[in-house]
Amino acid sequence: MDAHASVGHAELEIPYNVHPRPDTGVYNAKLGIWLFLASEVMLFGALFSSLILLRTGAETWPRGYEMLNVPLATFNTFILIVSSVTVVMAWSQLRLGNLKKGRIYISATILCALIFLVNKAFEYGHEFREHNFPKTNNFFAIYFTLTGLHGLHIIGGVIVFLYFLGPGAKMWARDPERYTNRIEVVGLYWHFVDLVWIFLFPVLYLM
Amino acid sequence: MTDPAAAVEPGVDVHEHAGVGDPNAHHHSPEQIRSEMRVYITVFIGLAVLTAVTVGACYGLKLPVHTAIIVALIIASIKGFLVAGFFMHLLSEKKVIYGVLILTVIFFIFLMTLPISHHANPFGS
Amino acid sequence: MALRRQIRVGSQWMYADEAHKALREALRVMEDEKGGEHGGHHLPWIRRYVFSTDHKWIGIQYGFTALLFLLLGFCLMILMRLQLGWPGTAFSVMKVLGETRQSGGVLLPEAYNQLGAMHGTIMIFLGIVPLAVGAFGNYLVPLQIGAPDMAFPKLNMISYWCYAPGGLIMLASFFAPGGTAQSGWTSYPPLSVIASQGQTWWLVGMVFLITSSLLGSVNFIVTIVQLRAKGLSYMRFPFFVHAQFVTSFLLLLAFPPLEAAAVLQLMDRVAGTSFFMPSGLVVSGQALTNAGGGNPLLWQHLFWFLAHPEVYVLILPAMGIVAEIIANGTRKPLWGYKSMVFATVFLGFMSFVVWAHHMFLTGMGTTISAFFQTTTMIISIPSVIILSSLFLSLWGGSIRFTTPMLFALAFLPMFGIGGLTGLPLGLAATDIHLHDTYYVIGHFHYVVAPGTIFAMFGGIYYWFPKATGRKLHEGWGRVHFWISFVCINGIFFPMFAQGLAGVSRRLYDGGAQYAHAKQIAAQTNPFMSVCAIGLLVAQVPFIFNFLWNAIRAALGHRDEGLGSNPWEATTMEWAATTSPPLAHGNFEVLPVVYRGPYEYNVPGEAAEFIPQHMPTAPEPAPRGGSLLPSTAVAMREN
Repeated sequence: MDAHASVGHAELEIPYNVHPRPDTGVYNAKLGIWLFLASEVMLFGALFSSLILLRTGAETWPRGYEMLNVPLATFNTFILIVSSVTVVMAWSQLRLGNLKKGRIYISATILCALIFLVNKAFEYGHEFREHNFPKTNNFFAIYFTLTGLHGLHIIGGVIVFLYFLGPGAKMWARDPERYTNRIEVVGLYWHFVDLVWIFLFPVLYLM
Repeated sequence: MTDPAAAVEPGVDVHEHAGVGDPNAHHHSPEQIRSEMRVYITVFIGLAVLTAVTVGACYGLKLPVHTAIIVALIIASIKGFLVAGFFMHLLSEKKVIYGVLILTVIFFIFLMTLPISHHANPFGS
Repeated sequence: MALRRQIRVGSQWMYADEAHKALREALRVMEDEKGGEHGGHHLPWIRRYVFSTDHKWIGIQYGFTALLFLLLGFCLMILMRLQLGWPGTAFSVMKVLGETRQSGGVLLPEAYNQLGAMHGTIMIFLGIVPLAVGAFGNYLVPLQIGAPDMAFPKLNMISYWCYAPGGLIMLASFFAPGGTAQSGWTSYPPLSVIASQGQTWWLVGMVFLITSSLLGSVNFIVTIVQLRAKGLSYMRFPFFVHAQFVTSFLLLLAFPPLEAAAVLQLMDRVAGTSFFMPSGLVVSGQALTNAGGGNPLLWQHLFWFLAHPEVYVLILPAMGIVAEIIANGTRKPLWGYKSMVFATVFLGFMSFVVWAHHMFLTGMGTTISAFFQTTTMIISIPSVIILSSLFLSLWGGSIRFTTPMLFALAFLPMFGIGGLTGLPLGLAATDIHLHDTYYVIGHFHYVVAPGTIFAMFGGIYYWFPKATGRKLHEGWGRVHFWISFVCINGIFFPMFAQGLAGVSRRLYDGGAQYAHAKQIAAQTNPFMSVCAIGLLVAQVPFIFNFLWNAIRAALGHRDEGLGSNPWEATTMEWAATTSPPLAHGNFEVLPVVYRGPYEYNVPGEAAEFIPQHMPTAPEPAPRGGSLLPSTAVAMREN
């Protein structure tokens, strides 16, 4: 137990920061990210719930594909799935001890995210040219709010990935296991963002 | 300090914590990791196919609204299961994570009853 | 087991090896203080006191900020009470509100609405929750569970630095054109959507506050699950830790729906959407041009989905504090500790399924009303279990009537009144009469003001020696308590009578213009306002007591002979570390837990109390503890 008698360090060493606690089997950040994702479930859940309430209360509600560009969104869905795979691949490579391949996969993930955002920007631009704004009707209101919020999550993910690709990667030299864990945690967040899109896509575009 | 374990009374609950976690507890062998990577590729193909199916059914076939909603939600749920189960490796996760998620699912269901509670049997209907 | 030598240091008996450790720590601290750049971990001033990652300092930051906000929210209420007590009378103090909110010292009606909305917002979101969770939770939970810090210290810092700007934005909104938010703390649309710019600031501020709570709650849960000391199983937690644990889950899962709602309302206000705006709305004779088709009740559903769990966020930490003080003050274990824990968990769970009892008058169907009435009646049961257990804990105790104990004891009947008056509001038939009257105000203020805030005061008196090494003055503490206790009842009890007489809670003149309200308003309002001023006066001794001792402590003047454990408590924040605790990290060696949280007067044990981390009961000090002069260092064989 003296391993944690950590008085006297500028950076306090927190137990179970890297290695799992034996009785719970997880390390701190993993439990932390799942709790955060739980709250995200409630955030998007509330928005979906609002959508249901507004749609069931509305006299008419357009079919998504009459209003939006389905092929482009299908392509975006595919891109996000690819990015999810590249994240797990990056994590697997890091677990195998291969930083170089891990970084390639992380770069691929960032690239996918950027492609997604550019596509989304085209889509928004198209809607604006058609004079479809959030205030046009409640369909577009919820469309812009949900996809906008989802886009913010993508941007957040890109920033974190860029950090771990660049300055954050120094952690690998010091403590490779910790770095691998961090990528696992970011990955969990990223899969969740993908998961939200998996539901957003049919709900907004196909129903 | 004297060895605390020596002073433990019978029936006193002191769980064993290794100072640093067992280094082998969550490490997989390289073969295991490689086979996991093959699973990821399979899941990816599954997700791509399901995306194609849902677009084909709801957009290509132009199913009526109610059918489209049911089909799209079922397929989305399967895709969600694949992502959460394999990519987020929920299928082999620890109990404490399951606990958090079960709680979340329950409250999520409460949240989804919100529109129902709103529309059910209002005055004047 | 091996014999361990005990020595007396100051007023306390310690094992010699532990005393040795403490001495080493003291030397280290001294070296630190003179060390400057040589001290290995001397942090720059800004990282120590502004962007600190130490949970204890963050707790103190939260505490100071929250107390300031509580005072501010209270002052807003004083201005409102002046108007309610003597409607239309000029008061020169109103001039602080600026030209737009008063004319010649008479509060304007729009300004009354602003004060009302901001009083609620500030008290709940900027005062009590940050004090209960941010301050007490942050400071105490890691110490009570034997952790070196929170699991994510940087996140903890960010959490405070989301809260502070959130509060500043709320304050800044007073200077927005058209004044601050004025649609009540509940911000019901469509009123809030068409309100002046201050409402937008309110929403942005809320997004910051929600983010802060979210980060805090993740941190608390991970800390409690992952960092509890060896041997500290869940059923050995002090009750306060259980309360914080459940509270964190409520914050984690109930706040996001409000965040969603706040985003939607922001869209309504900024991007012109119509989420909450029905079609065909006419405002001041002008038809609105937005698309319509929205639903104002959607906001109420989302808001109360948060805000009912929020009620328990306000009360659970208070119950935790009271439980700690009562166990310590009665020198007995809590009666029914286990049932209290399960009641708390059940309470947290049920709080998610009662939200629509705030909405009985919205035209909701009878079936749904019946459902929410039932759940509301069910949720009163765990509250009663907790309160009854606390009452029964008093039975047969040798109670020490210290200042914290007085506040804790007052909490019990006050929360009882608040809780029981809630039952008629949870039943649709009676709620139809009482809804939106002063009865409601009386009900929830009894829960939150003489309930939660009294518990907070008790907590401040109780844990002040922990944070500073000084005790607050007992005599002034009693003055503070008794005047506050009398005055606060003088404010809130007449509200029940007003509410039963049908006086609406939102009247600018307290009902003076209404035939049915005129008489009771004239009879009670001036008295209530006088009591409110009395309550303000009662805080003066507290403020001086608090600031004087805090400043003395900051200058390095500790109470001689107070020792580390002045209340002779068993929980680890007192027993296993020094008071005040180390600046970095909490424990010299992380403690190991051997027993339950409240081992006071255990039958068969000679010691009057046994701290959680003690493997065997320590020999009682001669003549019952800490009364001997503290100069000598006595020694004896165990």
